[in-house]
Amino acid sequence: MKQIGVYICHCGTNIAATVDCEELVRFSSTLPGVKIARDYRYLCSDPGQDLITKDIRNLSLDRVVIAACSPRMHEATFRNLLSDAGINPYLLNIANIREQCSWVHQDRQKATEKARHILRAAVARVLGHEALKTRKFGIQPSTMVVGAGIAGIQAALNIASGGMKVTLIEKAPFIGGHMAQLDKTFPTLDCSSCIFTPKTVEVTRSRQIELLVSSEVTEVTGFVGNFKAKIRKNPTYVDFARCTGCGDCVEACVLKKGVPSEFEEGMSRRRAIYIPFPQAVPLKAVIDRESCLLLSKGKCKKTCVEACKAGAIDFDQKEEVIEKEVGSIIIATGYDPFDPHLLPQYGYGVYDNIITGLQFERLSSPSGPNRGEILLKDGTVPRAIAFLHCIGSRDENANLHCSRICCMASMKQAHLAKEKTGAEIYEFYIDINAFGKGYQEFYKRVREEGIFFIRGKGSEIFKRGGRLVVAAEDTLLGTPLEIPVDMVVLGTGLTARRDADKVAQTFGISRSADGFFMEAHPKLRPVATQVDGVFLAGCCQSPKDIPDTVAQASAAAAEVMSLLAKGEIEVEPTVATIDPELCAGCKLCIEICPHSAIEFLEAKGISSVNEALCKGCGACTAICPNKAARQNHFTHTQVLAEVEELVG
Amino acid sequence: MKIDPKTFVHDYQLNICIQCGTCTGGCPVKFRSPLNMRRLVRETYLTDNFSSLSKRAELWACTTCSTCSLRCPSGVKNVELIMGIRNFLANKGEIPSTIRDALENTLLQGNPWGRFRDRRADWAKDLGVKIFGEETSETLLYVGCAPSYDPRVQSVSTALVRIFQKAGVDFAILGKKESCCGNEIRRMGEQALFKKLAKDNTALFKKSGVKRIITLSPHCFNAFKNEYPDLNIPVQHYTQVLADLIGGGKLHLSKGLGISATYHDPCFLGKQNKVFDEPRKILASLPGCDFIEMERSRERSLCCEGGGGRMWAEGGTEGKRNGEIRIREAVALGAKTLATACPFCLLTFEDSVKTSGLAEQIVIKDIAELVVETMG
Repeated sequence: MKQIGVYICHCGTNIAATVDCEELVRFSSTLPGVKIARDYRYLCSDPGQDLITKDIRNLSLDRVVIAACSPRMHEATFRNLLSDAGINPYLLNIANIREQCSWVHQDRQKATEKARHILRAAVARVLGHEALKTRKFGIQPSTMVVGAGIAGIQAALNIASGGMKVTLIEKAPFIGGHMAQLDKTFPTLDCSSCIFTPKTVEVTRSRQIELLVSSEVTEVTGFVGNFKAKIRKNPTYVDFARCTGCGDCVEACVLKKGVPSEFEEGMSRRRAIYIPFPQAVPLKAVIDRESCLLLSKGKCKKTCVEACKAGAIDFDQKEEVIEKEVGSIIIATGYDPFDPHLLPQYGYGVYDNIITGLQFERLSSPSGPNRGEILLKDGTVPRAIAFLHCIGSRDENANLHCSRICCMASMKQAHLAKEKTGAEIYEFYIDINAFGKGYQEFYKRVREEGIFFIRGKGSEIFKRGGRLVVAAEDTLLGTPLEIPVDMVVLGTGLTARRDADKVAQTFGISRSADGFFMEAHPKLRPVATQVDGVFLAGCCQSPKDIPDTVAQASAAAAEVMSLLAKGEIEVEPTVATIDPELCAGCKLCIEICPHSAIEFLEAKGISSVNEALCKGCGACTAICPNKAARQNHFTHTQVLAEVEELVG
Repeated sequence: MKIDPKTFVHDYQLNICIQCGTCTGGCPVKFRSPLNMRRLVRETYLTDNFSSLSKRAELWACTTCSTCSLRCPSGVKNVELIMGIRNFLANKGEIPSTIRDALENTLLQGNPWGRFRDRRADWAKDLGVKIFGEETSETLLYVGCAPSYDPRVQSVSTALVRIFQKAGVDFAILGKKESCCGNEIRRMGEQALFKKLAKDNTALFKKSGVKRIITLSPHCFNAFKNEYPDLNIPVQHYTQVLADLIGGGKLHLSKGLGISATYHDPCFLGKQNKVFDEPRKILASLPGCDFIEMERSRERSLCCEGGGGRMWAEGGTEGKRNGEIRIREAVALGAKTLATACPFCLLTFEDSVKTSGLAEQIVIKDIAELVVETMG
């Protein structure tokens, strides 16, 4: 004989104001199997929980129905209660009479009637519940961090300092990402390389970190605690063990005219063999196969080989595939800057001296193409510079999201430009988004420095009398303007990486509408993904400044460490099983399984679920024509009993 | 049909405006009239006295070039708002008399100038052009009002006929049965008349067995392509057809022009319908034509002020006309010919070249006229 306890929560007035809780108590008492029914103001409170625990002990209850809020809210709370009271936690059922009833209805009588149905169905279902056991798996105590910008580096260093192994993977031949390109950083104006170089150097020094540059993750299988990754290491045609980073090969390269330097955002040119920048880590030369005459055209005098005293150049280097087993993964693949060619009204690519925010950073950087001098293409000093905010952000024609950093970056650049050139500086803005610590103060400071703020978005740029003209409206005066300047810096926004879709597929994570990777919960689980054991850090999740990126990277590292520290993980037992007696081997379940959790046992001619991979989505159960696939906690008996009472 | 300005907020999405001023900053008449599109959006959103707001003369300064709506980061339908207000005024009979005349003329004679319907095809009399009704073809050359009646633009129509005949393009015109496309009518606020024209024209095209439409004017091109609800017949602007003919070797252009030419992008062809490359391809392929690009080209082309019913509006603007600014830009560039591909651009530039006193230095040509000159 099953003994059910039914508990109805008032949730203050959240439920009680719309649903007659006393009537539900009376009604529940009449349902088959119900031993006791009670109501209480807040069941989730300590006294509320005590009430249930006492009943379980005193009345020998073996099943519990809680009529309250959504199971997303407190299912875990009450499962723990059952466990502590000595009942299997899966013998609990939650009847949601708040989100699905009291919150969405006004008529008390009708709402109570609906609550009665919900409760009746919940009681019918719990009668069929089975005791289930959570499963435990061991965890590999290592982590793979994908992307070695500031986010990936920070996460890797945090985990390494905790004594755990990290494989840090970077697509480019050097680490540092976009932060390595920046000049000074807002709002404190400390130089990016000064604060960043110690971290990049520490990466190479750490015994816990294995760094793989020029590498990409191509395949990930397995599950939390036990991922298997395939990593493709692309050839650099230079033996890093021998290369001393002296640069003799670069000088010797016959490609004198060069190709636009990626690191310098096209502001200068590099040879086919090159060292991206003087502080590059690792400080090694690499060969770009696209521009190398030998590799692309098959013909070259190989002057680099001659020049290299270390004998490091190796044109026979081949692509390598490395396999790694790791317990957790942090994705920190960063962002792509918005391409202003897509908004032709700004004349980018048409006129000289219209540059992007990142190009300005290179121009202003002491290690950049002008050694930090802000000069026009013809080498002269600009007399007037315009900074245009929101280019490619907050724009239906480009990206709807605010890129968050551009207001501050633009004002910082305005400050640097003013300091270095004394030019007239105009900031064309819609709203100033100075959201961080010390940011509003910085905004005030640049205003005091005489930067001219015009509240109006730049509408277009054209040329008149040899100068660039920015057309806009001073919306505070209602006056249309055409302001002649010598240089325009477009505050280009941050977008998801061009290959974000491929990366999302590789790791099985999703993307939000703005294209960035999606977190598990926008507020409460901002660094987790829907894939257990895969975490996010930095701008791959959404545009962020450096402080927020570092904070999120450390948060991801903390998530990883708390996961790895446990040594083993518990996995929900609500997975599918396939009855070998009933399975006809039609493989429909294998096709539909989104987690590749079902394999075909050739010898027996049947399908079988790998419980470690199964996420319990139920797709196989629904499609199986023989009812051989069965999902724990969602069996046909359980679900149909519930449905019958709901519609009856 | 009653127009309720209260629905404007919803219809034209005025409530999502963030007041950034992109519209006003890029408006071609921003220095020539008190029209401030950003403020108009806000005022329409907030006003409790719409009638007084709608009486402002500057509402007729808008050329409907659509630069504002195309660039708006929020998706506000600025130009539709202007047309909505004008529609409200037209329904109340509160429109300027010159506009009223143009609308009445169109209703009576099928063209805004009020020229006789029966004389619409006089220009084609001796050209041996097929006319639907007498003969058939799958291709309609839709001529349009200005190219039918205005002596300056008739030269473009004639040129195009000669080009098509030389290239062996089979086509016919509608002759006297052709009526205004209604593009400008809708922009002057007469939505009901526009709907009638669209319905009648669509029926006529289908009855005539038309399978493809070629237009002379980008304005007709726009109406057929984007605003006729039930047309379902492919439409091309003539520059697209010529670029194909030249590219496919169907036209032999032999006679050198010995000119340096620049090109003005018509708003209804370029900005609004993204036909940028074909006119340039044609100009680049003309023998003896040195093509120079203007500073403000393609998406940044400066509206000539010929659209949106401005051909029939009087006043509402002051100062130097955009047409003059454009001509000065072209002259400064060293161009001896300013080419365009729109009857309204052609007419406004012809006016401006006279008022600016630069007639000695530059000539205004339609691309079709230049092509015909190279045919020898």
